[in-house]
Formats: sequence, structure tokens, C-alpha cells
Amino acid sequence: MPKDDVRSYNAGVKEYRETYWTPEYTPQATDFLACFKIIPQDGVPREEAAAAVAAESSTGTWTTVWTDLLTDLDYYKGRAYAIEDVPGSDEAFYAFIAYPIDLFEEGSVVNVLTSLVGNVFGFKAVRALRLEDVRIPIAYVKTCGGPPHGIQVERDIMNKYGRPLLGCTIKPKLGLSAKNYGRACYEGLRGGLDFTKDDENVNSQPFMRWRQRFDFVMEAIQKAEAETGERKGHYLNVTAPTPEEMYKRAEYAKEIGAPIIMHDYLTGGFTANTGLANWCRDNGMLLHIHRAMHAVLDRNPNHGIHFRVLAKVLRLSGGDHLHSGTVVGKLEGDREATLGWIDLMRDSLIKEDRSRGIMFDQDWGSMPGVMPVASGGIHVWHMPALVSIFGDDAVLQFGGGTLGHPWGNAAGAAANRVAVEACVQARNEGREIEKEGKDILTKAAKHSPELATAMETWKEIKFEFDTVDKLDVQHR
Amino acid sequence: MSAMQDYQSSLSDVSSRKFETFSYLPEMDAAAIRKQVEYLVSKGWNPAVEHTEPENAFGHYWYMWKLPLFGETDVDLILAEAEACHKAHPANHVRLVGYDNYTQSKGAEMVVYRGKPV
Repeated sequence: MPKDDVRSYNAGVKEYRETYWTPEYTPQATDFLACFKIIPQDGVPREEAAAAVAAESSTGTWTTVWTDLLTDLDYYKGRAYAIEDVPGSDEAFYAFIAYPIDLFEEGSVVNVLTSLVGNVFGFKAVRALRLEDVRIPIAYVKTCGGPPHGIQVERDIMNKYGRPLLGCTIKPKLGLSAKNYGRACYEGLRGGLDFTKDDENVNSQPFMRWRQRFDFVMEAIQKAEAETGERKGHYLNVTAPTPEEMYKRAEYAKEIGAPIIMHDYLTGGFTANTGLANWCRDNGMLLHIHRAMHAVLDRNPNHGIHFRVLAKVLRLSGGDHLHSGTVVGKLEGDREATLGWIDLMRDSLIKEDRSRGIMFDQDWGSMPGVMPVASGGIHVWHMPALVSIFGDDAVLQFGGGTLGHPWGNAAGAAANRVAVEACVQARNEGREIEKEGKDILTKAAKHSPELATAMETWKEIKFEFDTVDKLDVQHR
Repeated sequence: MSAMQDYQSSLSDVSSRKFETFSYLPEMDAAAIRKQVEYLVSKGWNPAVEHTEPENAFGHYWYMWKLPLFGETDVDLILAEAEACHKAHPANHVRLVGYDNYTQSKGAEMVVYRGKPV
């Protein structure tokens, strides 16, 4: 039997690199590209580890099987085509892998992830593995529904232009009755917020069932709209134990005229999320996406999935808002990396930019953009930085920073609204709002006792812990 | 810290009605409005003037004052159109719009003459 003839069957274990390490390969425009950060087991050469990851995330298994010869594996296999050092690390390296588009079912982020971050993450030849970035070919993007509406349509529906939107997550997270909860929403909305929000773990517990929450919150929205003359919404969380229950809640939200609902895409799952996004598109309902569980996947710098990948996957699966981190608040977030993934959420063409951790050009074509949501431990003093970092196309969401105002939610909301408008005005005038933030807010507070009191309340609070997940740079 | 204040806003008080961006700030003076127009022009947006009776301000469509001033970059001319609209409809809200034809949205929208709420 001729040994090197690919058409003959030789049982046994082959080195992965014989088949899956192809440094001469030029990626095709239709290929999926992935950049993995790999820490191999001791003694495993880089090429072998990279090839192993390519194999295990595509067509390969640990041993040769006769049925390999019934197909054209050279057409379907993933290919490790490049290796690079990771700046600042002696043990990790980047492996670049190309996958042919036909490995993936059209319109299924579920299928894409099951291959790319499936079994391979438990594979013994690698000690740690992280998916840093993916390039989704435009041909595949066109098979996905994406955001139900996107930024431009949301602005038109909600009638908000020329400034970031303002939100507030209702606290305490758990334990309020539906009627008291609606009160908290009403107070925030009448004070000048555009949105209030269910906390992620507010679903339908014994202390507040979803149906009463929806009813009372809708009354809050309608009264606040009549009172202020502005359009308002509340992210009604329809995350539920089963898809059937989720759709039941979504249908009811539509029936009572709610403009926006909410889903947790990681705990709820991508199948549920993609289905719900399609439902929202069909029913003219905006969709806010929370990301509970993301830090389990994305915080470890050596193992897991980078958030920029989770953000791209959400854009494919569908959502009009996505929590993006704040850079300045209580939750993790490196500034340059955050700027990178908010571009990936909003723009249509994003160029490779290693200084922001972006490893590939990404072309979204005409797929709508996702509005980033900055939420978590932010208050009025952060407003100049937030407006500067996020620009207009974002929702700035103050929970404690609204409800914790000494005069209550309406005053807290008004303080934030005055602050955001003052910052936008100053930015438009060409002022450097981060540098002149104190002056801008102090001046605005002269005609807003609510803002003056908010500034007094939160003047001492800072969140200055070092970021755990930093960009890979030399001499960290 | 100052004593607790009540938040003044109600259905019966027409001055509670707001009108989106910059409506929580005091009315801008002419110099401040000019700077916002300069910003709109610097972004390459198409200026437009619209107006409405304050009681109908919630609707998406206000009355157009003529057509949008496509390609107009003369700040004085834009301000003059807004003023002419205000003179013709002194009780109405008059707003300035910056149409962004790339995003197919509005980059700016602000009331520059505040009407008398009813």
C-alpha cells in the first residue's frame, strides 16, 4: 500500500501539522478567520498545537478514520496559516486559523460557536486557549438577521437625536412588589430618562410576577410620556425558563404597547436569542440585550472567549442594545479595548487595529449596528468621560447614580439629564469635555439644584482598581 | 447639603412638557445657538427648520418651514430662516434639524425658539 497516497487508508495517529498546518495558504474572502491565543503543553511545538486547534475545531479527530476518505477533507478542513508571538508573553502565541464557509449552517451563530469554541477548549495538547477575535465573512453576515432594528431605526422610533440616551436600572435588584417597582420606573422617567430597565435577574419571581410588572410599568411609561411630552420605554425582561414562556411574555409586552423588551443572551442561550430577535423584527419591538455570565467567558486573559467575539456574535444573532462596559465605572474594562468593541458593535467596516485588540478587518455590509450600553457604577461625575468615550450612539445607564439621589429618582434622573445635555452642548462647542468636565458640570448645576446635589453626593466615589484583562502589550 | 426639594412636574402644569435634546437646559442665547449651528454645519449635515404648536409637539412630524436647506453652510442664513419661521409662528416651537444623509438619521435636533405651552 503506497504510504503517502491520500486515497489509501492508514489507521493510526498522525501528527496534526501534516494536515492542518498550512503556512502557504492564503485565506479566502469567504473564509471564517479566527485568532486563538494558545498556551501549549510543555514540549508541544507551536505548529503542532496550532494545527491541533484547527483540526479539533473543524474536521479532525485524534486518529485517522476510514470514512475520512469518503469526502474531500482538503476542502472542508480548518487550516492554521500563521503564528505570531503574543506581546509581553513568553509562553502564549497567536494562531490564525481559516475555516471554509461551508463548515457552518447559514444564519446559525449556534453552529459557528459549537465548532469554534466547542471540544477544542478541553483539548489536552493545549494548557490554555482563548478565542481573541474572529472575522466573519460578509457572505455569512448576509445569512444572519442581525439587530432587529439597529441604531438609526431606534432613534426614529424613540425620537432621540443628537445625544446619548439615558437609562436606569431599577434597584433593589430583587424584592420589590410590581406596584412599587412601577413607581420607581415612573419617577425616573418623569425626571428625564429615556429608559428604565429590569435588572437581569428580574424574571418572574414569587415577589413580583412578570404580568403585574408589565402592567404597572406600562402605566408608568404612559403617564411619564404624557407628563413630559417625550417618548419613554422600559426594558421588559422576557428572559424565561423556556422559549414558549419567553414568547408569551414578549407577546404580552407587544399587546400593551411596550416599545422595547430585554433578553439575557448568554444565560438564555443563542437559539432563544436569535429566535427572539427575529420575533422583534417581525413585531416592531426594540430588543435590549444584557450579558450576564460574560465575565465567566471573557475575563481570564489566557482562557475563554474575548468579549469582542461575544459582541460580534450578538450582532449576528440580533439585539438593538448590548452592554459594553463603561471603562470608568465599577466593572472591568480597558479603554482602548472597549473602544475597539464598541466600533465592532456600531460601525459597518472596522479595520484591523492591534492597538485596540482587533485582529481582522470586519465588514458588516448593511447589517444594522448595535447601540452600546454603558452601565455599572457610574454617576454624574463620569458624564464628561462617558460622552467623550461613547459619543452620541450609546445608552448611558445610571442605576444607583439615579436612584441614590438624596431627593429620589426624579431628581436623580433630572440631574443626569442636565449633565448629559450640558456635556453634549460643550462638546459641540468644541470644548475638551473630559479636561473641562468639572467646569461644565459646575456651570450647569447653577440652574439645576438636582445636579448640584448629585455632584455633592458622589464627589468622593471612584473605582480605580487595575484591569484584570488587559490588551496584550510588551512589558505590561 | 441643601434641604430636600420636591420635583416640580405634573400633567396639569404645561411647563412640565419637554422637547428632547437641550430642553433640560435653560434657553440658549443667540451666541450659544450659533455655536450649535456651526457644529451642525461642520459635520456636513443638512440644516432644516421645523415648527409646531406646543400641544402637538409629541408627534413625529412637525411642519416643515420650506424645504431643508440642502448643502447650506452659511450660519447666518440658517439662523435667519429659523428666525423667519419664528416670526411667522410666534407661539410655536421652532426646531433646527441636522439631517445626516449617510446614516439616514438626524445628527442634531434642537428647539431654538420655545413656544408658549398650552
